[in-house]
Amino acid sequence: MDSMTLNKPVQAAVTQPVKMSARDVKVFYGAKRALHGVNVDLYQNEVLAMIGPSGCGKSTFLRTLNRMNDTIDICRVEGKILLDGQDIYDPRLDVVQLRARVGMVFQKPNPFPKSIYENVIYGPKLHGLATRKDEFDAIVETSLKRAGLWNEVKDRLHEPGTGLSGGQQQRLCIARAVAVSPEVILMDEPCSALDPIATAHIEELIDELRESFTIAIVTHNMQQAARVSQRTAFFHLGDLVEVGDTEEIFTNPRDERTQGYITGRYG
Amino acid sequence: MSVTLTVAVLLFLSLAGFWLGRNRAVAVAGGRIANLHSVPTYYGTYMALWAGLPALVLILAWMALRGTVMDWMVLSAMSPEQLEAWARVMLAPAELEALLPTIADGASALTQTHRQLLLINIGNLAAGQALYVNPGVIDAITPAAGHLSQLRGLADWTLFGAVMALAGGTLAFTWSKIGPEFRARNNVERIVTALLVLCSTIAVLTTVGIVLSLLFESIRFFTKVPVTEFLFGLQWSPQTAIRADQVGSSGAFGAVPLFTGTLLIATIAMIVAAPVGLMSAIYLSEYAPKRVRGLVKPILEILAGVPTVVYGFFAILTVAPFIRDLGAFFGIPISSQSALAAGVVMGVMIVPFVSSLADDVINAVPQSLRDGSYGLGATKSETIRQVVMPAALPGIVGAMLLAVSRAIGETMIVVMAAGLQASLTLNPLASVTTVTVQIKSILVGDQEFDSAKTLSVFALGLVLFLVTLALNVIALRIVQKYREKYD
Ligand SMILES: Nc1ncnc2c1ncn2[C@@H]1O[C@H](COP(=O)(O)OP(=O)(O)OP(=O)(O)O)[C@@H](O)[C@H]1O
Ligand SMILES: [Mg+2]
Repeated sequence: MDSMTLNKPVQAAVTQPVKMSARDVKVFYGAKRALHGVNVDLYQNEVLAMIGPSGCGKSTFLRTLNRMNDTIDICRVEGKILLDGQDIYDPRLDVVQLRARVGMVFQKPNPFPKSIYENVIYGPKLHGLATRKDEFDAIVETSLKRAGLWNEVKDRLHEPGTGLSGGQQQRLCIARAVAVSPEVILMDEPCSALDPIATAHIEELIDELRESFTIAIVTHNMQQAARVSQRTAFFHLGDLVEVGDTEEIFTNPRDERTQGYITGRYG
Repeated sequence: MSVTLTVAVLLFLSLAGFWLGRNRAVAVAGGRIANLHSVPTYYGTYMALWAGLPALVLILAWMALRGTVMDWMVLSAMSPEQLEAWARVMLAPAELEALLPTIADGASALTQTHRQLLLINIGNLAAGQALYVNPGVIDAITPAAGHLSQLRGLADWTLFGAVMALAGGTLAFTWSKIGPEFRARNNVERIVTALLVLCSTIAVLTTVGIVLSLLFESIRFFTKVPVTEFLFGLQWSPQTAIRADQVGSSGAFGAVPLFTGTLLIATIAMIVAAPVGLMSAIYLSEYAPKRVRGLVKPILEILAGVPTVVYGFFAILTVAPFIRDLGAFFGIPISSQSALAAGVVMGVMIVPFVSSLADDVINAVPQSLRDGSYGLGATKSETIRQVVMPAALPGIVGAMLLAVSRAIGETMIVVMAAGLQASLTLNPLASVTTVTVQIKSILVGDQEFDSAKTLSVFALGLVLFLVTLALNVIALRIVQKYREKYD
């Protein structure tokens, strides 16, 4: 465990303002409760990693943060989730606006069956962020550059996004999310379908993106959590067991369930 | 020994072969199955297939040839005197005159038709239905009828014997081959492959046969009516003379009015079916709550199975009068058999077809694409328009083209609602006719088989076939091209 975290620079104590916070969040699928009251804060410009055994509710929690659960009929959310102090489950809140502010990258790369260019401008077009061609061109270039994909695709912007490799597709999806200039980016196991090199690429990218965005990432890979995140939350059977500085969680977990999981005793 | 019984016994032999083969395999393995090349059932299957299949082929071949061979044997055994006695009663004087000089040659002297008649008489008598036979010929053909019955019994027993011998032989042969080294699995796989190839060949050959017969009959038609006249002629009135002295018998075979009629009705049908079907598919797959979907989808599918003749009723009894009355209300005279009525009803008929196909296609669009779009802040309708529809497009185009080819081939509704008048018009309120309606109305009733009128049916059928073929090929092409791009 030590060898993994040794080279990590010591994190300064968190001084950033709170970007999102969850208060006593319970999620039900039909009659079944998947989350039993989660309390956690996301600080601005930090990466929060969520780890835990399969089925413990990581994805469920992540999806409450931009109300992606709305698309599941039987899903019901209780409790409060605040974005800049505003309750995102407030009925007066526009979910379209919310998702423009809280973007999402999925486990499986899911580029639309359109060209690379159109994939990137899909969001900006929807939200009217640009109108002229040169504005769109600029968005495409900066987004792809941010996603570290520009050099690879700048000559084939009008080829289908589905023609890219898996790792490139995932970076395209990141570029697509970045293009609407969200404040928060949620990532659900973004590297689970990728090989080690593509994974390393995306991890680097996440570190860079942290400067401009707040990021919450679900991962099964504990080295990855240790490498990219400042804070880590450990979920178990629908409970948020513990959350704290990543260093702290991996070297000195307070809860024995956390310890059992990170030392590989179960999970 | 009837053929049914023979088949039953063969089946039993085949089962016995399975049992034998399995046991034999176990025996030669000396109780250690692992020593065998294949699992024991494969040895059983191997023997069962070999026992059953060749004998089955023999039975089929025999059934195909049996009638012809026996007829030939019965007829050639008849004496000229018997033939003459029969002919004196059954044939017209002139025909008899023609026959008598050559009657010494036996049955080969008879014309095809007469030989057929004679065989029917003999067959009836042999079957004990003397009632259907002219009493005057019974004496003359009784020996032949007896001969036929005797042959039949004999033939069935011969078949039985041959089948038993063949099956027994293959059983013995395959039994002797079974050993631990014998590759039963590979052999069985090969036989199964061959069977599958055979079945698909039959399907393909049937299609080829149909196309060829269409083609040859069409060529015969085109020797009577030039292709150019058929394809570009503007008048269709297929009345040809049955007798040479009939008046008004020239006939015109310009099929353009039929093509435009077909096109007009199919277009009206698609104008109704495409949007309604697509929208209902979108509603069903994207918006409908589970319960509604569970209720509506089966109903739509049932609707797709309603016989088209029922839609035809609906067209003449409900839609046509409604359109006519509507026209009368606005002072427009509309014939009660209008292209509009037929097209609208045909469109209604195709709606379930389109919506069911489109619904499948839309459902096949991965949920992850929708999630991706929602995650970027798209609304439901934006997601459907900009992500789901483009992704489903090739399938939807395919569904539409299939619907068009159904509309073009549909007969019953247009027969009932569109009329027979071949008029060259694009006015949906007029009465038009279609290719299929003409085919049907020409073939109904007695026809001389090689008149231009009858043969024109084949040319129409050929055109229909080529058009639907082209539609399907195009549909496949579009789907494939899209696949290459996005899969
Ligand atoms: N759409 C759904 N309908 C019903 N139950 C669901 C649904 N999605 C998730 N669940 C249930 O909620 C619980 C939490 O699931 P979730 O997907 O959040 O787990 P997870 O931690 O992301 O697991 P994994 O690491 O395998 O992705 C599970 O018990 C799961 O069965
Ligand atoms: Mg998950």
